[in-house]
Amino acid sequence: MAESSGFTRRHFLTAATAVTAGAGAAATAVPFVVSFKPSARAQALGAPVERDVSRLEPGGMIKVEWRGKAVFIVRRTEEMLRRLGDMVDQLADPRSERVEQQPEYAANDHRSIRPEFLVVEGVCTHLGCAPTARFELGPADLGSDWPGGFFCPCHGSKFDLAGRVFDRAPAPYNLKVPPHRYVNDTTILIGVDTGSA
Amino acid sequence: MAATEADVSNRLGRRLNALGDWIDARFPMTKLLREHATEYYASKNFNVWYGFGVVASVVLVMQLVTGIFLAMNYKPAAAEAFASVEYIMRDVEWGWLIRYLHSTGSSAFFIVVYLHMFRGLMYGSYKKPRELVWLIGMLIYFCLMAEAFFGYLLPWGNMSYWGAQVIVNLFGTIPWVGEGISEWIRGDFYISDITLNRFFAFHVAAVPLVLLFLVVIHIMALHEVGSLNPDGIEIKEHKGPDGKPLDGVPFHPYHTSKDLVIILVFLIAFSGAVFFAPEMGGYFLEHANFDPANTLATPEHIAPVWYFTPFYAILRAVDNKVLGAALMAASVMLPCFLPWLDRCRVKSVRYRSWIYKTALTLFVISFLALGYVGMQEATALYKTLAQIFAGIYFAFFVLMPYYSSMERTKPVPSRVTR
Repeated sequence: MAESSGFTRRHFLTAATAVTAGAGAAATAVPFVVSFKPSARAQALGAPVERDVSRLEPGGMIKVEWRGKAVFIVRRTEEMLRRLGDMVDQLADPRSERVEQQPEYAANDHRSIRPEFLVVEGVCTHLGCAPTARFELGPADLGSDWPGGFFCPCHGSKFDLAGRVFDRAPAPYNLKVPPHRYVNDTTILIGVDTGSA
Repeated sequence: MAATEADVSNRLGRRLNALGDWIDARFPMTKLLREHATEYYASKNFNVWYGFGVVASVVLVMQLVTGIFLAMNYKPAAAEAFASVEYIMRDVEWGWLIRYLHSTGSSAFFIVVYLHMFRGLMYGSYKKPRELVWLIGMLIYFCLMAEAFFGYLLPWGNMSYWGAQVIVNLFGTIPWVGEGISEWIRGDFYISDITLNRFFAFHVAAVPLVLLFLVVIHIMALHEVGSLNPDGIEIKEHKGPDGKPLDGVPFHPYHTSKDLVIILVFLIAFSGAVFFAPEMGGYFLEHANFDPANTLATPEHIAPVWYFTPFYAILRAVDNKVLGAALMAASVMLPCFLPWLDRCRVKSVRYRSWIYKTALTLFVISFLALGYVGMQEATALYKTLAQIFAGIYFAFFVLMPYYSSMERTKPVPSRVTR
């Protein structure tokens, strides 16, 4: 073959071999990369959980574990619900306009299906710490205007009694409302909002 | 006829030489020894700052050995991990020592590596032609951070758990794909048995292998260009008639014997920590980690171990989550760019102007201050302090092209001084 500059047959074969080998390597990597995803067992253990809330006192809270996360169920009193409107101007997203943070049925002023029961993930939207329940009014460490809500001890984020985040906190979003529904009048199913458990 | 003592030793010597020749014909043993020890010429004016690289390799070997022995009794399962560490501490003979050597060793590793890196900043070790030595060193540092992070989950204490939670969720801040990446790293919807198991695999196999490889190429790259010295001048530029640098002495035996003293002093201090303060008042082993992991209760105050707190302080310095995470990543990565940010031709701080000396001092102060702030609770005061010191930290790098090109340097000697 005459000496030629530019793209020779050898160049072509080298490139073709490299591309084929590269595709093969990428394809081989797939099983390894995908093996990192939650396994079938992890998926099964992440199934929805059911909780009877009939014995929860007004003003009280219970924690339910779902997928390793604490889900807070708060039975709000009339007084608590009334105070939700008080500090709206200090909230980052008072109208729950950020769609990822709650299902449609909780995108309202009280961020819940029924006003009485608040169901939120007890996971700070900053870096996943567990906020603590601070329902008392105006404690010394949180300031006299504290309306009751959740306080994250890790980085100081504050949330009101609808899980709405206050401005000037490291947490960017309201606490997430997990998918949930009422199986009957007093039982909440957390983890799924359609079909049966 | 009885052989005299001299006969025997002569014969033994000949045998050993023959064995050496036999090996050399098949493996470059003598060649490697010459290249990297007996005929590797390093400057004769090394000071103590040049000992931390060797000390770091001693710590690396110690971590590998103690780690292997810990792995023999440790169980990487959520139900058993915490108890197996307690078992090592109480029931395994000398298990407490092996574990304390390993846990104190991780802090010692970072102390030594930070001093080693500071040496580089002082004497310009990152400058041409040592850019790759520096970059490989940075990769070693990243590996070390990964190793420390994966290892910290293994005791399955409550701080292990929530520390991992916070760090893994950092990936969740990446727009769009973040949540998926976090889930992929955990292999579950939360930090679970599955996560612990894979972190163990990374900690004992994957990262150490990469680390060892990087250490080898770090040294290869260094020996190719030659070690710098406190004067920041190239000893290769002044060679004697025999072709050997006039200011250099063979690494072995001259530097090795001096390094042995440094290693000894280090081991004395290290033993002091291991035997008298293995927890170091909560700095080496955090108090909250003596409680088993609890998925539902965060420790009152979450802070990483001291060697990560400067970056953690930067993460917390801003209210915006994505920005905080991005700034933290930037603060870790920035030193990689030093060889190109520094425009000053003079390498050593000895002959650089007050500008660099001031900048370097401010940088060290800001790094230490951020480290302190990162351990404190997130109050308004500490947040302000974190912002100020993070500003200085970033300014050191970002403004470097400007201030380093304005420097009026002192004349650099052509031969090394004291």
